[in-house]
Amino acid sequence: MTLNPQMPKCWRVESKPHKFCPGCGHGLVLKALGEAIDELGIQDRVVFGCDIGCSLLTWDFFDVDTVQTHHGRTTPVITGLKRANPDAIGIAYMGDGGGYAIGSQHLVNAAARNEKITVILANNTNYGMTGGQMAPTTLPGQKTETSPYGRDAEDIGYPTQGPEMVAAIGQKGAYVARGTMANIRQLKGYFKKALQNQMDGTGFSFVEALASCPTNWRTNAKDTWNFVENEMSKYFAVGELKVPDQLKEV
Amino acid sequence: MTEKPIQGERKMFLTGNEVVAWAALAAKVDIMYGYPITPQNEIMHYWTRMAPKYGKKFLQTEDELSAGFTTIGGVLAGKKAFTATAGPGNTLMQEPISMAEMMRIPTVVVIQQRGGPSTATVIYSQQEVTMTTYGGNGEGFRVVYSTATHQELFDYTIKAFNTAWKYRFPTFVLGDGYQAKMRESLHIYDPEEKGIKLVEPTPTLSRPGQIGVNREPNHIRNTYNTEEELYQIVMGYAKEYAEISPEIIEFQEQDVDDAEIVIVSHGVVSRAALAATQELRKAGYKVGYFRPITLRPFPTERMRAVAANTKKLLVVESALGQLNKLVLNEIYGLTTPIETLLKPGVGVTSEEIVTRIKSLL
Ligand SMILES: Cc1ncc(C[n+]2csc(CCOP(=O)(O)OP(=O)(O)O)c2C)c(N)n1
Ligand code: SF4
Repeated sequence: MTLNPQMPKCWRVESKPHKFCPGCGHGLVLKALGEAIDELGIQDRVVFGCDIGCSLLTWDFFDVDTVQTHHGRTTPVITGLKRANPDAIGIAYMGDGGGYAIGSQHLVNAAARNEKITVILANNTNYGMTGGQMAPTTLPGQKTETSPYGRDAEDIGYPTQGPEMVAAIGQKGAYVARGTMANIRQLKGYFKKALQNQMDGTGFSFVEALASCPTNWRTNAKDTWNFVENEMSKYFAVGELKVPDQLKEV
Repeated sequence: MTEKPIQGERKMFLTGNEVVAWAALAAKVDIMYGYPITPQNEIMHYWTRMAPKYGKKFLQTEDELSAGFTTIGGVLAGKKAFTATAGPGNTLMQEPISMAEMMRIPTVVVIQQRGGPSTATVIYSQQEVTMTTYGGNGEGFRVVYSTATHQELFDYTIKAFNTAWKYRFPTFVLGDGYQAKMRESLHIYDPEEKGIKLVEPTPTLSRPGQIGVNREPNHIRNTYNTEEELYQIVMGYAKEYAEISPEIIEFQEQDVDDAEIVIVSHGVVSRAALAATQELRKAGYKVGYFRPITLRPFPTERMRAVAANTKKLLVVESALGQLNKLVLNEIYGLTTPIETLLKPGVGVTSEEIVTRIKSLL
C-alpha cells in the first residue's frame, strides 16, 4: 500500500479512510496532531487515550499505543499511566462534553496538580456522537436536539470557556492554548508546544481545538466553515493563554 | 532505597489498614492511587509514610472515579497498582472496574465496607457484597476475597496481586470497618522468602522498542460495533472465568459432615460463626460451619454438597441478605431450608448465633 503523501507518518494506514463524517473537524485536528508527533519524532513514546464521543473512533487511528476509555475518564487514565511511567508521553483526547461536563473534575484537578500530560479537546459545540445535544460549549441561541429553540443563556448559562478556565487554575509551567481547524499550521504549532512542554517535564498542557460537526449542525461546507471561523470565534478567542518561559521563543 | 520492606517473618500488632499497606509493600506494589474515605483512610496514611522509603509512589486523586481510572493507567504502564475505598467510594469505583473487567486489566481494589445505603455510617457493614461481586454494567468477571482476620488481610492482599496479574480479572479484597480499625497480632513476611512466587507485571502500553521495527503499537478498547462481536468477547470471558474458577475458589469449613444445621457466613462475621459452632459442638449440638472465602467465584460445588448433606442452613451476615442471595442462587434446586440472621450494618456476636441455633434445633 502506498502512503498518501498528505497523511502523517504516525497515522495508521490500515484504519484509513477514517470513520468520521465527511467534513468533520476531528479529522483535521488529528492531522495537525499527527504532524506534530511526526515532527517531534515521538511516535514510539506516545500513549494516546481517547474518550467516548466521536473521539472513540480514534481507538485505532494512529500507529501509537492507544487506549480507548470511558466518557470523561481519559484524563485520569493517562494521568495514572504517566505517573507510573514518566517516560511515556501521554495524550488524552476528548470532546467538549467529555472534557467540560462529565470529566470536568478530572480536567480541573489534573491542571491543578500540574500533571505532566497533554489534554487535547475538540470543541464542536455539541455532543456529536449521541446525536447533537447541547454541550457546555453550545453557543447562545444555537439550536441543538436538547435546546430546540436555541440555547437560552439567561436560563442555562453562557458557553464554557475551557482554556480560560484551565489557564486560571494552571500552575507555573503549564501551557494552555486554543487553536482552530481553520488554521492547521497554528494548531500544529500549539500541539508541538503542548507536547514539548510535557517532554520538558515543565507542566500540564492543554489545547482546545475549534472543530466542526456538520452532521449535527446540519450545515453545508460553506456554512460549516462560516460557523467555525465567524460564529465560534466570537465566543472562543483563538490564541495562547499560558506559555511557560522555555517555550516562549519557539 | 530498595532494601526489602520486610526481612524474615515478624510478629506484629497492627490495625487492618496498616496490614494492607504492609502487604502491598510485601507484594512489591509500585503505586497506590486513592481518595479519602473512612474507614479506609489509614491504608493511604501508612502507604504514604512507608512507600517512599522503598521507591514506591502515591497519587491522591480528585475522587474514586479518578482513583480507579488512574489505577488502570498505572496497570497499563506495567506497574502493580492498587486503590482502596468504601461505601459511596465503592459505588464510584464500579465504573472503572467495569472497564477493567472488559479490558482484562489486573487492577486490585481493597474495600473496607461501611454502613449503607448512601453515606450511612463510617463504621462497619457487609453491605457491599452485591456491589463488589456483581457491580457495574457487567457480568461479574472479577475475583473477590472476603477476609476474616488480620493474617488473612495480609495473606490475601498479597494473593490478590498474584491472582489479578495471573488471570487478568480485576480483584477485590473485601474487608470491613472492624477489620480496618481493629488491632490484632499477625505474622508479616516476605512472600518470596516463603516460596510464594510473585507474578511479574508487564506493560500493555508504553512498551520499549520502536514501532514498525521491533514492536507493533497496541490498540485496546472496550467498545464494539456489533452485537455478535460483543457476544463472542463476553462468552469467551465467561468460558475462561469458568475454567480458572476451580484454581481460585477458596472456602473454609468445620464439622459439616454430620451437622444437622450449617452456619454460612463470610468475612469478619465468620469469626462469630466459628466460635458459635465450637461452643455448640462442646454442648453436644450437631452444628457445622461453612464460609466462602472467595465470594466470586463462589465455591458452588462445595456449598451444594454441604447444603445437600444437612437439614438446614443458617445464613448470618451484617447485611439484609446479600450473602443469602448468593447462597440461594448457588443452591437452587436443593430443598434444604434456609434460616437467616441478618443485621444490616451491625456486628453479629457468637452469643446471638448460639441463641438462634438453639431455637432452631
Ligand atoms: C457515563 C456515560 N454517560 C453518557 C454516555 C453517552 N455518551 C456517549 S458520547 C457522549 C457525548 C459526546 O460528546 P462530546 O464529548 O462533546 O464528543 P463529540 O462526540 O462531540 O466528539 C455521551 C453523552 C456515556 N458513554 N457514558
Ligand atoms: S457526528 Fe459530528 S463530531 Fe461526530 S463524526 Fe460526525 S461530524 Fe464528526
